[in-house]
Amino acid sequence: MIKTQQDIRFSGTESYIATTDLEMAVNAAVTLSRPLLIKGEPGTGKTQLALEVAGAFGRPIFEWHVKSTAKAQQGLYEYDAVSRLRDSQLGDARVADIKNYIIRGKLWEAFDCNVRPVLLIDEIDKADIEFPNDLLRELDRMEFYVYETQELIRALHRPIIIITSNNEKELPDAFLRRCFFHYIRFPDVDTMAKIVAVHYPKLKHELLSEALGAFYKIRETPGLKKKPSTSELLDWIKLLLAEDIPPEALRSDDPKKIIPPLYGALLKNEQDVHLFEQLVFLNRRTR
Amino acid sequence: MLIRFFFDLRTAGVPVSLPEFLSLLHALELRLAFCSAEDFYYLARLSLVKDERFFDRFDRVFNEHFQGAQKTFENILEKVPPEWLKIMVERSFTAEEKRAVESLGSWEKLLETLRERLKDQQEIHQGGNKWIGTGGTSPFGSGGYNPEGIRIGNEGIRQRRAAKVWEAREYRNFDDQITLGTRGLKLALRRLRKFAREGVAEELDLRGTIDSTARNAGWLNLKLVPERRNAVKVLLLLDVGGSMEDHVRVCEELFSAAHSEFKHLEYFYFHNFVYESLWKDNRRRFAERSATHELMRKFNSDYRVIFVGDATMSPHEIVLPGGSVEHWNDESGSVWMQRLTTHFPHLVWLNPEPRDRWEWTPSVRLTRELVGERMFPLSLEGLDSAMRALRKRSS
Repeated sequence: MIKTQQDIRFSGTESYIATTDLEMAVNAAVTLSRPLLIKGEPGTGKTQLALEVAGAFGRPIFEWHVKSTAKAQQGLYEYDAVSRLRDSQLGDARVADIKNYIIRGKLWEAFDCNVRPVLLIDEIDKADIEFPNDLLRELDRMEFYVYETQELIRALHRPIIIITSNNEKELPDAFLRRCFFHYIRFPDVDTMAKIVAVHYPKLKHELLSEALGAFYKIRETPGLKKKPSTSELLDWIKLLLAEDIPPEALRSDDPKKIIPPLYGALLKNEQDVHLFEQLVFLNRRTR
Repeated sequence: MLIRFFFDLRTAGVPVSLPEFLSLLHALELRLAFCSAEDFYYLARLSLVKDERFFDRFDRVFNEHFQGAQKTFENILEKVPPEWLKIMVERSFTAEEKRAVESLGSWEKLLETLRERLKDQQEIHQGGNKWIGTGGTSPFGSGGYNPEGIRIGNEGIRQRRAAKVWEAREYRNFDDQITLGTRGLKLALRRLRKFAREGVAEELDLRGTIDSTARNAGWLNLKLVPERRNAVKVLLLLDVGGSMEDHVRVCEELFSAAHSEFKHLEYFYFHNFVYESLWKDNRRRFAERSATHELMRKFNSDYRVIFVGDATMSPHEIVLPGGSVEHWNDESGSVWMQRLTTHFPHLVWLNPEPRDRWEWTPSVRLTRELVGERMFPLSLEGLDSAMRALRKRSS
């Protein structure tokens, strides 16, 4: 099984810039058929990665978005006892077969796919603290047992599993041991320039460097509640383009404009805006 | 060679296990990393390290192994865990703030101690700089707490005590790191869960359905009940600043664990001891305060109150009117504490200081008496017994 997968190599896509370590992470996870756990600041493209991997390999993708109320069982299957009971009273013929009332979950669908799919388990940390523990065997052996029909569901092809986490809850060790782990670092200026170039190829160089300068200046402001992330930068640039703002306007040492235009795309709460204003103000005074 | 690397990682405190190591070997066998040190580094980190907190330690061990560097860090490693360094950095900020106080020209004796401490700090800091420079992209911001409002006392005893805490700090913090992750805390906090059904009825009540269907002569009669929710209400009162600086990290972990565990969680800050007012936003602690009376009116007595503080202060701050270090309080802290204990029967005090040190601090003894001996150390075990104490009504 492994040999056939070896020729697959992920190296970013046209719309997604992957750093060397991220490429290695994806390739190792694909080759060894291990789930890949991705962590990182919000907005660094964790979820996007799964979509891009699926796109690059030309595989179908199954997305399982985890919520705070999600149970691991929902990813496997659910047994709809109530509608079976109702059908039995209405004399429906379907009722004889329990299979009709088993509703498949995302994991089952991915296991049943006849090419090797990509399975995204998004924001696993949102669920209950025991959630990952309930998936250990499923992720390890890629099989599970349906008690109602007494059948064992085994993956036809081990899916490429990408799991994202925002670090809201700590994941159990037993779960971590089964995954490869990659932490997406916040991109440095060069990578960021590449990322922006991928999204806005026609962006003027001048505007880009001014925008990046302003962006990193905001990020470096100490004590921000929420640092702006890549996706916010992209939004901001989109706005700048739409409003046709000249590069000069972004220079924050312009005494009249203490904060960059359309900052709302970058700073998401008023305390941060306030703090930033104060700091810029102080800076100017000391100069 | 790799086996030694594996064991060195374990000694360095990176929790690697055999299956992970084997999967690295398997990946190497498949030539995932070949002829490139960088690739090998990424691959090894990917398969062996499962938490970005350990990246720095991993980098150190890796460096030592594959750059042929000498084992210079062996001793340092035992003494200075990276978390400690981080706390040091935090420390040095506060020290700068303290130096700002220096310019005001008061408290000579205190400043002497501070300067000494700063010197001490820089020495160790430089030693550590070697490796904090290499990896050190720690994603952990020190949110929540602000180092502002550091209390600077001018009593001889207090300074000595602070120095002692400083010395003893290294190992303890290291240990805390291991035993107290948020996950552990959350599991301990679970004890306090008391499920209640309230809200919209959306879950099938199987028992009720069977029952009413049977009564209905076999015709299906569905019964729905609201989903079970954690109905415990928690009021968290946290000590900030001053001597609590050492415990900021543990408290943050407790706080974030509690935050996601309870639906009704309210928190307030106080400084050293409770007086007539508390505050919610540490940055605006002088502007926005809420009266303790108000607090008792607003939260009825079914709230569980958890104090978190080291209760380490001058006994005056508890027993005397006007004893507070920050302001003039008309009524003593003990009076306020008595009011709180009568209003909230479910109340505990968590103390991040280890239990064996409590005996030596008069203020801790006083506080213990005031809260009716319901003081527990802020460790997993202590938290566990604290939660048990919270569940039963106090005598």
